[in-house]
Amino acid sequence: MPRSPLALLDNCHRVETPEGIDLVLKPAGLVPRALAFAIDLVLRAAILLVLGSLLAMLGQFGAGFGAILLFVVQWWYMVLFEVLNQGRTPGKQWLGLRVVHDDGTPVGWGASLVRNLLRFVDLLPFGYLFGALSCLAHPSFKRLGDIAAGTLVVHRERPAAPPALPEVAPEAAPVRLTLDEQRALIAFSERHAGLSAARREELAGILAAPLGTPPALAERRLHAIARGLLGQA
Amino acid sequence: MKQQSFERRHAQEWQAFTVTLEALEANRAEPESSAAFPAAYRRLCQQLALAQARGYSSHLVDRLQTLAMRGHQQFYRHRGHPAADFLGFLLAGLPQLVRREWRSVLLASLLFYGSLLGMGGLVLAFPDLVHSVLPAEQIGEMERLYDPEARRLGRFAERGSLDDWAMFGFYVMNNIGIAFQTFASGLLLGAGTIFYLLFNGLTIGAVAGHLTAIGYHEPFWSFVIGHGAFELTAITLAGAAGLKLGAGLLRPGQLPRLESLRLAAAIAVRLVGGATLLLLVAAFVEAFWSSMTYTSASVKYAVGGLLWLLVALYFGQAGRRRHAPE
Repeated sequence: MPRSPLALLDNCHRVETPEGIDLVLKPAGLVPRALAFAIDLVLRAAILLVLGSLLAMLGQFGAGFGAILLFVVQWWYMVLFEVLNQGRTPGKQWLGLRVVHDDGTPVGWGASLVRNLLRFVDLLPFGYLFGALSCLAHPSFKRLGDIAAGTLVVHRERPAAPPALPEVAPEAAPVRLTLDEQRALIAFSERHAGLSAARREELAGILAAPLGTPPALAERRLHAIARGLLGQA
Repeated sequence: MKQQSFERRHAQEWQAFTVTLEALEANRAEPESSAAFPAAYRRLCQQLALAQARGYSSHLVDRLQTLAMRGHQQFYRHRGHPAADFLGFLLAGLPQLVRREWRSVLLASLLFYGSLLGMGGLVLAFPDLVHSVLPAEQIGEMERLYDPEARRLGRFAERGSLDDWAMFGFYVMNNIGIAFQTFASGLLLGAGTIFYLLFNGLTIGAVAGHLTAIGYHEPFWSFVIGHGAFELTAITLAGAAGLKLGAGLLRPGQLPRLESLRLAAAIAVRLVGGATLLLLVAAFVEAFWSSMTYTSASVKYAVGGLLWLLVALYFGQAGRRRHAPE
């Protein structure tokens, strides 16, 4: 349920935890998931090739063992990695993805087994068509197996480096600002490195009149207020 | 409080929390630091809520959210007792589940055994019918495998004990794969499961009817009766799981359709687990007992009958009484 205008813009999946906070999960789309699957596929082929050729030297016993190996790799590779490696197969780990339950808790045996057994239906009628269609149509990019299992593939959270604010002397805001206005000012200051000079000037120019400064100086003034709000000396 | 002083005040705490998290994520946490973890996690949640309410910068909120998220993952990790859970499932959980889901199991059994017996009877009555169900090569192969002259029985005649291992692997891969497909295709509104149940029932029925009709009944029935107790039951359980999945979609009752599917899948997957266990037993019996020719056919029938009785008793009676608090 969208709680702020921002929630309508991104497709974050919000989960309220018993601790009374909202976890923000970022569901992974079709392309990273397909890439992760491709990596897993190559890896599985390599495992089968290496172990298979070793077992082939063992004759009949090796053939029986090889069949069991094929079975394990085909049906259990994903399940074992997801449950024992905190929701990550090697391919998902590579791409920074993870499988979690809908409520954000780590995936367990039952849900992982369901989503991976139902992969068989996602593969139908050819080349993951059902899975891809379901993934594209679902707001949280779930394939059929995810829907039935109640699981979600999310991006792993990455800690971002603290942004450097422009070096200006902090000052107090001339008027009382609401929480959203404060946030907008701070966000502007934090993101200034990613915006072009012309765009920064244009954005700051909107506030030139209320601040009572010439448009050319508005940006500097905004950074100063942002620093003041953050309490930076 | 300004953001800067808030950050300064808690920086050390967050640093310590990160260190604990890293240890937990790598599965090498010390018991002492883990004991303090829940309290630290709750404090962090409170600090995150404060930061959001006070309108601190999105960078700080994001950073705390990331920490809270990682803490949540570790705090709510599943730590079961796999051995105890497995034993409980084997001794009581599975038979209780099958009795509770008797409707799906009954429907799957009717579809499977109905088509099997019906086809077998038809082939006995009209022997030519087998050619419209099975391809000629398959009929030829079946006739060769169950030829009463053959020394060892099974899908590969004339094999040694090492070959038993090869066959064990083959049965595991083939049969459990089919069971999984039977379950999964239930997502197609149950239609896929019905197809697999009927397909397997008709094929097995046609083979049984044909071999009985041409007088190969003794090698065939004495071969299949033992592991059949487990294998055929497993097929019906996998079928029941698939039907349960389809019913979850088609008859959601008062729940949203997808929620109903999710709940049905959670139950169905346990049935599939049961089918997998039965198929492992079946593969073992098929590879190491059914193929034996040292024993006479009557011993095979007796043991086979006993195994059927065992399976019936297991699903009928096991787990009815509570021995220990679960």
